Formats: sequence, structure tokens, C-alpha cells
Amino acid sequence: MKAFILLPQRTASPGIRRFSVSVQAYRDKNIAIVGGGAAGFYTAARLLAKTQDVNIDIFEQLPTPYGLVRFGVAPDHPEVKNCTTKFDQVSGSPRVRYFGNIQVGRQLALEKLRSAYDGVVLSYGASEDRKLGIPGEDGADGKWGVVPARQFVAWYNGLPEAQGLDVDLKSFDRVVIVGHGNVALDCARILLTEPSELASTDITAHALETLRGSNVRHVEMIGRRGPLQVAFTTKELREMTKIPALDFICDRDLVASECAKWAEWLDASRSLKRMMDLLTKHAVNAGHSGRKSFTLSFLKSPVEVLADQAAPQRIRFQINRLEGPVDAARAVGTGEFVDVPCGLILRSIGYASTPLDGAPFDGRRKIIPNIAGRATDNGKLVPGLYAAGWVKRGPVGVIATTMQDAYRTADAVIMDLVQAQGQPREAIDQMLSESGVLSSCVTNAQWKRLEAFEAEAGQSTGKPREKVTNIQQMLSIVK
Amino acid sequence: MYRGPVATYQRKAQQQQQQQRLWSVQQASRFTTSALISKDVTVTFIEPDGNEIQATGEEGTNLMELAHENDVDLEGACEGACACSTCHVILDDNVFDSLPEPTDEENDMLDLAFGLTDTSRLGCQVLLTSDMEGMRIKLPSATRNFYVDGAKPSHH
Repeated sequence: MKAFILLPQRTASPGIRRFSVSVQAYRDKNIAIVGGGAAGFYTAARLLAKTQDVNIDIFEQLPTPYGLVRFGVAPDHPEVKNCTTKFDQVSGSPRVRYFGNIQVGRQLALEKLRSAYDGVVLSYGASEDRKLGIPGEDGADGKWGVVPARQFVAWYNGLPEAQGLDVDLKSFDRVVIVGHGNVALDCARILLTEPSELASTDITAHALETLRGSNVRHVEMIGRRGPLQVAFTTKELREMTKIPALDFICDRDLVASECAKWAEWLDASRSLKRMMDLLTKHAVNAGHSGRKSFTLSFLKSPVEVLADQAAPQRIRFQINRLEGPVDAARAVGTGEFVDVPCGLILRSIGYASTPLDGAPFDGRRKIIPNIAGRATDNGKLVPGLYAAGWVKRGPVGVIATTMQDAYRTADAVIMDLVQAQGQPREAIDQMLSESGVLSSCVTNAQWKRLEAFEAEAGQSTGKPREKVTNIQQMLSIVK
Repeated sequence: MYRGPVATYQRKAQQQQQQQRLWSVQQASRFTTSALISKDVTVTFIEPDGNEIQATGEEGTNLMELAHENDVDLEGACEGACACSTCHVILDDNVFDSLPEPTDEENDMLDLAFGLTDTSRLGCQVLLTSDMEGMRIKLPSATRNFYVDGAKPSHH
């Protein structure tokens, strides 16, 4: 939107003040956001709320927006997805445009965005995961080995590129999950919940079918440190205690001795204390035969995946002891080992971001180097480039964390925009048209049509939506 | 597994209790001209920068809804389903003490709230009552410790 400001100007005339009027074109500021997930939308929301003159274009590589809110949040946590109401308000603003099905770095170079927009915010999250780095991880015959929990979650949540995952839940009754975070707990819960309970969620039809045919009765979640170093939160742990006819097993003596050893520190840590109370109240040392079980195991680091006689495979762990202060405890190998026979092994030790062509990247921490959201390259600020969300501070935190993080980045953008030149939106459209963006993108209106299609498809089976899991199918529905 | 419905059920149960109380007051005062139909309660929100906003709402409204109706700068990502911590508010000591204990579900969410205090509650789980007339509700400071050098914060 163009507006004109009349500026009085003083003419250089000695003694007499005379004013002439000059007219300047007032230009909007334009921001590009790369990645249409929670971080991208909350950055946009803050920009909308705190400015009058900033236009925002959100680029998302998938046709569908929302990122992990759609593909990460568990199907049985629908209320967590209520945040999309705010995202829709953002997309619905005349100052915001959504360009789905556009991969920045491939069909649209970052350089083009940086030259066309007054600022570019990178909020593309983490699409890889950390490997265990142990022999046998990739499977001997390509069948077993270790599957990333990220991929398992993406599979049951309908991410198109994960639909080819071939999960065998039939051949054996025990699954091992390596990792002590919320993603690991989500996987355990989905594997141990009665499939009929999941039938009314937006889990994919294919995943539900697979779970209905599952023979998995025991899930063991194993981490390298102790009970006071776990990364998951009490809410998710509590949900495990609420699954009917499930034995919640862990080493009660270890929990008790750790709690006693660090009692003073624990008293000052409200969330951890409540979690230990929960464990103490619900966990048993051993399960009952015939009942499903969830085992929380501590002080074990995986060293190798091997073949087994009775089970599809087994995973060997080294037993650890802890050294150092409780809030920075180190796992030290004791030289003792234990094997766990199992079918599926999931690794859940963290997501990881990947570099984007044209942007700096910290290969060690796997994030865009930044200072409070302003991107840096070898310590120097990169003007006009910002980061928000997991790609900014690492793959940790819940939606609320990302919200606050995105707001801080947006505030930095707003501060810097004071100096920006701005240009009419039409000038940017020239570049977008030439890059083929305008012809191949999925607009917000088109996404809404897909959303309605999914909702209707879910109605006949009592689900909030039946997700379309194939990109070609999505495009044929909306175009 | 489903926490939304539990929290919603409890909230609706609370609302029902309050509405029943109001109804019986209505019945009792049917023949008086000063019948209490629905009591409006006025409270003050204090935003992190010190800005004070007075808000009036009906008994039974939750504090998050009340804040949103009065343009108070309070978030509410999960829209009152007790599935996030973004509507976290800090109450006066005496009001906090007079309320029923938070549920496990609410406490689980409060565990993750920024700037948690001894009198913190989730706004969506606290319903207005006439006893709260004049109460002051503080919004927590939104500052967060950012570790620029990569140091890791201890468990929250």
C-alpha cells in the first residue's frame, strides 16, 4: 500500500523563511520468512502486532503450513494444536501472504530474497536427527537397525516423505527407544496405547492399521544418565501412568538413592521434584507376566546393534555411572555390558538442523549462528538476516518457548527496520513471478481448501481429519 | 491420555457450580427489586511494563478470557485447554490461598512457565468470583535467559 507524506522543506533564503512542499513516496517494508511452522508464524504475528507498515511473505517447502504442529505434535494431543487458530489469523491478514510448496534454497535462492526484502527470517526448523554412531545402526540386511524416532513420528503424523517407512511391529513384542525426551515418550505412548483409543485422532489410516496389527507389548526407554538428568516433562510421563493395564517399571532403588543424594537441590527444583514424586508413586521394580509394560531404564549407553537368535536383533549397552554435579552430570562407562533383545529400535537423542545455501551455519551446534536472533557469520552481524525457532537455538523447547523466542527475533527485526528503505510490494512480485514462485505456489486459500477436504474425509471415520499424505495428491486437490 | 477434556470437564463443573449458586440467589431474590442476576467483577491486570488495565467480567469467566476481552497482553496458545503455559498469571497471596488447589494437569503446565512464582496460576483455570473484586493480577515478565555462548541452563 502506498501512501504519500507531505514534507515541508526550508528554502535557503536569508532573512525570510519560505516553505515549499515536496512529496515522497512512502514505501512499505517487506519481510520474508523461510519456514511456515510455529517459529515462522509467531514471528509474523509479532511483526503484525507491533507495526503498521510491514508486509510479510511466508515461504514453506510443503504445501501445508504449521510444521511440527502438524507433523510432530502427537495425534492424541489435539488441544496442543489449538495454536493454529492464531496462525490462521496471521495468514488471513492482508499484510501476510503464504507461499506453500516453495523450497527456498532450491527453486528460490536465498540471495534473491535478501535483495528483494528488507529482512529475511530463517525459521526452517530441524529436518534431520542425531545418529547414535554405533556399528549395526543402519541394519545388517537393511531391514532392522535403528529407526529415527523423528521418522517414526513423521510417519504416523502423515509427513509425505516419511510414508515409505516400513515398520515391523509384528515380528517381536519388545521395542527399545534410546533417549529420555518427550519425543521418545510420545513414541512409547503411541506404541502402547490401545489402537481403538487412537482411532478418533488424526493419526494416519495406514499407521492405525499397522498399530492394530502390532504385537508390541513391551517398550523399554533407555538413556545414558540417571533419573535426575532426564529431558522429558512430567505431563508426558504422567500420561504413561494413565494407560490402563500397563506396568510402569523402573529401578526404584536408583530413583530413591539419587533423590536422597541430591535432596537439597531437588527441593529447589519444583518440576523435577514433582516428576520424581510421580515416579516413586507409580513405578514398580518388575512387571507381571501377561501385562503390557513400559520400562524406564537409566545409565546405559548403546554401543552396538547385533544379530540375535530368538529376536530380530539385540542392542548392546555399556552400563554407566555418573560423575560430577547433578545439573551437569557426566555418564562414564563402567566396562560392564548388557544386551537387550528386541524388534524395532528407535533413536530419539535429538533433532538436527541442516545448512541453507547462502546462509551461515554452525556445523558443530547445527544452528544458524546468531546473537539474539540476528544472524552472524564468524562473529560479524549479517545485516538483514535473522533466525527464529529451533534453527536459532537448537531443537529444544515446547511451542511456548518457540513463541517467546520468535517474539524476540521479531523485535530485533522491527528495531532494524527503522533504517530500511522499503519498496512497494509490486516490485517483489516481479521477482517472485520470474522465479516461478507465483505459478507453483500453494496459496492460503488453496491450503484452506485442502484443510476442508481433509476434515470431510475424516468425518466418515470419526476423525478430526484424514490427512492427505501424498504431495501430488495435495496439489491435484487444490489446483 | 486426553487432558483437554479432563480440564474442560473440571472447568465446566466449576462453572456449573457457580451458575447454580447464581440461580439460587436469583430464586431467593425473585420478589426483591435489587435481585442479583449476574454479578460483574472488576479486577486490574498489570502488564510486564507496569501498564494497568481494569477489566470487568461476569462471575465464571476465566482470567484468560477476561484478559483477551480487554486487550491485555496475555497469550493463550492452546485456548484454555490446559495444554500450555502461556496464560500464566501471578495472583495476590490471599486470593491464591483462597482458591482450590491446582490439578496435577495444571501443575504440570505451570512447571514449564517462565517466571514461575509461589502464587502463579494458569489464567484459563481460574474463574472469576465476587470474592475477587478489586484483585490485582500480575503478568509475568517475559524475559528469558538467553545463553549466547552455548551454555546450557539447568533443568527447569
